[in-house]
Amino acid sequence: MLYREAGDFSTTYPQDSQTFPIRFDRYRYYVVLFIAIVVVPFVINDYWVNSLFMPFLIYAIAAIGLNILTGYCGQVSLGTGGFMAVGAYACYKLMTGFPEVSMFIHVLLSGLITAAVGVLFGLPSLRIKGFYLAVATLAAQFFLVWMFNRVSWFYNYSASGQINAPERDTFGILITGPSTEAWATYMFCLIFTIFSAVVARNLTRGSLGRQWMAIRDMDIAAEIIGVNPLKAKLTAFAVSSFFVGISGALFFAVYLGAVEVGEVFGITKSFIVLFMIIIGGLGSIFGSFAGAAFIVMLPVVLKIVGVDWLGWPTDIVAHLNLVIVGLLIVVFLIAEPHGLAQLWRVAKEKLRLWPFPH
Amino acid sequence: MPEQLAFTIEVFLNGLMAGVLYALVALGFVLIYKASGIFNYAQGVMALFAALTLVGVMEGQVPFAHLINAIFGTEIHHFGWHVPAFAAIFVTMCIMVLFSWLVQRFIFRYLVGQEPIILFMATIGLAYFLEGVGDLMWGSDIKTLDVGLPQGINTWLDETTFNALGYGFFIDNLDIVASLVAALLVAGLVIFAQYTKQGRAMRAVADDHQAALSVGVSLNFIWILVWSLAGFVALVAGIMWGAKSGVQFSLSLIALKALPVLMLGGFTSIPGAIVGGLIIGVGEKLFEFLIGAPYLGGATENWFAYMLALIFLVFRPQGLFGEKIIERV
Repeated sequence: MLYREAGDFSTTYPQDSQTFPIRFDRYRYYVVLFIAIVVVPFVINDYWVNSLFMPFLIYAIAAIGLNILTGYCGQVSLGTGGFMAVGAYACYKLMTGFPEVSMFIHVLLSGLITAAVGVLFGLPSLRIKGFYLAVATLAAQFFLVWMFNRVSWFYNYSASGQINAPERDTFGILITGPSTEAWATYMFCLIFTIFSAVVARNLTRGSLGRQWMAIRDMDIAAEIIGVNPLKAKLTAFAVSSFFVGISGALFFAVYLGAVEVGEVFGITKSFIVLFMIIIGGLGSIFGSFAGAAFIVMLPVVLKIVGVDWLGWPTDIVAHLNLVIVGLLIVVFLIAEPHGLAQLWRVAKEKLRLWPFPH
Repeated sequence: MPEQLAFTIEVFLNGLMAGVLYALVALGFVLIYKASGIFNYAQGVMALFAALTLVGVMEGQVPFAHLINAIFGTEIHHFGWHVPAFAAIFVTMCIMVLFSWLVQRFIFRYLVGQEPIILFMATIGLAYFLEGVGDLMWGSDIKTLDVGLPQGINTWLDETTFNALGYGFFIDNLDIVASLVAALLVAGLVIFAQYTKQGRAMRAVADDHQAALSVGVSLNFIWILVWSLAGFVALVAGIMWGAKSGVQFSLSLIALKALPVLMLGGFTSIPGAIVGGLIIGVGEKLFEFLIGAPYLGGATENWFAYMLALIFLVFRPQGLFGEKIIERV
């Protein structure tokens, strides 16, 4: 009864092509936004922000970025960790170089810098495809991490080789550093997450997104019907790296505060983000959120169940986490290759026909 | 500068030896890729798992001891026996065959006909799963693996070169043994593929699945066979790497190093894996010695192989020995 197109008449073209054509979907979207913006900041505390909300929001941005490249444009990348590191270090250099500029500008600029680096490492994709490209992006991963480790200009010649986020604010509210408020960091990340999701969603609905999908489905055929592979692939790399760079900057500056590049932005980070989009659903913005939520929540839930309830040692729970994640990926690929997003789609289809399925 | 030259030759030889070990891992990839089109990311973790199992069996560890202790509150760790190396290798091999059967039966049977990239991601999941199981089964502490392989500097080579060149080369005995084993393994695999019935069936499957099916080759059996062979190669690689640097998590990362090796050599070629391994091994050691350490601050071995493969691929996308990629709409 609730979930119908019937009775929802569009009278203008913009109305007809809006993101959520069904009224119920639209209201659900507004309700989620309302809760995220108006309710959550007043009820959260440090623990929830640090263990759940912030990683979720930041990983969601990274997953959206990778999803654009892998899910929409079909170019598998294992270099996400490296690009996140670019965002983090760009943000660090900007923060220390221009202390009086707002953090918003810094984070956006780090995204742009990462986009440039992404285009550079995306150039080989014009010649290399599939697995070969996946390995080529590993070159980006290892080279970038090595570079940030070795070239001391990037970490301002500090003795430890770490980068530490200094205290910076935006509109007079402290965003980074040790003495931030939970709601401020949460809101800061949330703004970027919403921004990324809206931009990504609209890009993928438009001409550019169709070009990406044409390249993904078959690049030679796409070229024949007039899609420029150079433009499509490089824009995909640029947009994807832009989001990944933003998430890297937030991950370093707002979430962790101090970063040792090999540990935080190593190859495991690339795989984690890849798992998010596989489990969530390739080629779906909602899937990026679902996957990020899933991968972020799983260790927390396992820790609560395993360590707090059953009293097992933490290392066993960590290993179990690996087993479960691995198993889930295989199960998902077998049962539902399109991930959680597809389950959601199927549920919506069912809901539209309910209660008369025939 | 003969001193410098002697150093360079020594680095070159050590690079060759390291390359042999990369090639060992790459070999496992090629076997599976040729026969089933699956790019098996889990190969490195298989090596780790095989080495862990071998150590566990030799030391008489109780599998899943930590988990059992945590659930039932018991205190069991060891059976209290020691198994000789050969018997332990045999037992481990049986476990790897069982593992191949399980993988085939419960994973890839359901993924036949899926896109290669889906299969690849499935093996990444498998890698995580296997890593977790390995840790749960045998514990995650670093273990030493001693199956009686010779270790330490080769004194004969050291003395000979010292007398001839005035500078003794430092070559580890283990590396020499590893090279010999790798050569034997490759020879054995080639003979198996060329002259046995099963080997021929394997090549037939690699050539064309449907044609092989239509002349009565059991795809299922061949795939289990191939995964078992890859498991065997992984076991050998695990023993060599384990003896060299201890059985630990980083062992699974050599799988990543094997990827550029494959890129260079081509995914479908066994000689390619060997040549690629040697080029990467020598290349990264020489680069580190001649350019990396003096000018770039060292540790270039982390990325050199990938960069080399990347640059190489731009000019020759199918690798040195790979089949030419032909794409049609």
